[in-house]
Amino acid sequence: MDLEKSIMSLADARGVSGDETNAAELALSMLKGYTDDCCIKNGNVIGRFGCKGSKPHILIDAHIDQIGFTVTHITDDGFLKIAGCGGIDRRLLLAQPVTVLAKEPLRGVICAIPPHLETDESKVPEMEDICVDVGLTKARAEEFISLGDKIVFASRCVKLQGDRITGAALDDRCGVAAILRALELVKDKALHSEITVMFSAQEEVGERGAKIGAFDIESDIAIAVDVSFALTADDSEVKCGKLGGGCMIGYSPVLDRGLSQTFKEIAEKRGLTYQIEVMSGTTGTNADRFSVNKGGARAVTLSIPLKYMHTPVEVISLADVENTAQLIAAYITEVSA
Amino acid sequence: MTAELLKKLCLLNGVSGDESRVRDFILSEISGYCEYRVDPLGNIIAEKKGKSAASKRVMVSAHMDEVGMVVTSVKSDGTLTISPVGGIDPRVAIGRPVFVGDSDIYGVIGAKAVHNLSADEKKTAPKFDALYVDIGAEDKAAAEKLAVPGDFVHFSSEFTSFGDGYLKAKAIDDRFGCAVMIDLIKSELPYDCTFTFVVQEEVGLRGSRAAAYTVDPDFAIVLEATTAADIPLASGEKRCCELGGGAVVSYMDRSTIYDRELYRLSREIASENRIKWQTKTMVAGGNDSGAIHISRGGVRTIAVSAPCRYLHSPSCTVKLSDLEDCERLASLMLEKMCTM
Repeated sequence: MDLEKSIMSLADARGVSGDETNAAELALSMLKGYTDDCCIKNGNVIGRFGCKGSKPHILIDAHIDQIGFTVTHITDDGFLKIAGCGGIDRRLLLAQPVTVLAKEPLRGVICAIPPHLETDESKVPEMEDICVDVGLTKARAEEFISLGDKIVFASRCVKLQGDRITGAALDDRCGVAAILRALELVKDKALHSEITVMFSAQEEVGERGAKIGAFDIESDIAIAVDVSFALTADDSEVKCGKLGGGCMIGYSPVLDRGLSQTFKEIAEKRGLTYQIEVMSGTTGTNADRFSVNKGGARAVTLSIPLKYMHTPVEVISLADVENTAQLIAAYITEVSA
Repeated sequence: MTAELLKKLCLLNGVSGDESRVRDFILSEISGYCEYRVDPLGNIIAEKKGKSAASKRVMVSAHMDEVGMVVTSVKSDGTLTISPVGGIDPRVAIGRPVFVGDSDIYGVIGAKAVHNLSADEKKTAPKFDALYVDIGAEDKAAAEKLAVPGDFVHFSSEFTSFGDGYLKAKAIDDRFGCAVMIDLIKSELPYDCTFTFVVQEEVGLRGSRAAAYTVDPDFAIVLEATTAADIPLASGEKRCCELGGGAVVSYMDRSTIYDRELYRLSREIASENRIKWQTKTMVAGGNDSGAIHISRGGVRTIAVSAPCRYLHSPSCTVKLSDLEDCERLASLMLEKMCTM
């Protein structure tokens, strides 16, 4: 598996929360390389490994959805009114190129109050003032577009210097890629415990795919592989990890401290670079759902550091993804092989 | 005009003061069709022979430069601080891919994660002094091998056709004008005239000032792109002009009060030839006419502009039918002005 290619093709696939099909089908096809027992159920991609019924049952999850928008109205002059799906940074929306996932993909540009009518360049437009220009009259727009169609930033993954990659949906497709890479690393090993991999839907709107997926899977241990904040020039060192500094192992009151400790020890034993991410409450990841699923499960977060989260130009380091995959594979090997 | 020519021009990187790549391409296009020279500022002054000598000297002008940014320093974390070159709203720079320097190093203008913004930060767009370019360099030393202060920064923006006949790209302002002039130079013209592809419009109409002095014309036609605000949040006169409404000819903007006779003439010619013609419903914007019409003892000047949404952003948006209307009107105006 070419990790860089996998990350880039996954991140260039489309899957706004609630309509993850395109990205989910790609992830499913990649998952099929490691197990025949896989499917998409209620939006979640699920694959099963190891000995069914054998304890501990381990869930390894990354979310497949990305932030975006949905069409709420077509104006009389053919512009689209939109609502956000997930956490949108309205500061960067003006003149952003987008793709409307209509009957066929349509290109468009986001607009709001034009500059000659808004002299305050620091003003951030309200969502209700934002429209998408698709270059069509209302009648023509209605031929292609239905209310509820999703919209993504029209952005492609590109390599930066060194091992860095920029793209729009690296959150959390790089987590999906890390899990696939971990599966490759353990593919020749006999796994004695039950392992379920899930690429879950609707994380960005409140970890909803994780909630229903975990209910069916009913694991003892749950690992949420997501992204977390890498330090940027305009952020605080206290809140952020370091890009290229390795997997961020989560410690939090809502996570299982013993499990966090196990990952830390495995990283040390295997000589894998890691960083500790301390959170003082809920983690904002699927782990928050997993830990209180049914009668409860032991949960941990493994986070890939990422700069500029939820922008069309998120940045990751390939080494951090590989490193996270190595850590997941090492854990599977220790517990299960 | 072909969208293909406009695409080639828009994808070239040429921020004000760094127009050489645009100039080289234009020279390769017009070579053999006219006599030309490049002046000390980098303007192309092209003399096109027509079928006969003109009774008046007419200069047709468009600018080669585009808005962008320039690197001002390399920070310890390997990111680059930037300053705008020309009028750019910082809100169209944040969260975009860019190219840095002569070798087009790919970079991004990132932004702190929305999750970590305070309530005030969410409501306030950062100014240019808070923005920076990340090329993926690990530290200052790695970045300095690839980028230094003074390197220009260009938006990376696809040239896209969308909707019913719309085009989106960076730098349509004013590669559109350059494309029209290339077409005119390559065609057979009835009269001799002068074409100037000028530099540094976006930083104060500087190239056109020198070019107009040198050419010393009686008349000038400036080809431009101008703000159209025909979008839902602007109504009535605030829309300025509209895509699909045809060539825009202004009576006045912030740089120029246009020659009244030429203004009327443009409307008559458009009407006679069934060319869509519109004017602006606000006194706003400006272009090289501002420098040209007060050159030497004065130059009778008209501007023919393509209506353009999201001007000065990486997503300038125009309608192909308007570009064609502009080209036809400019060509007919040129013929008329040569014998006025």
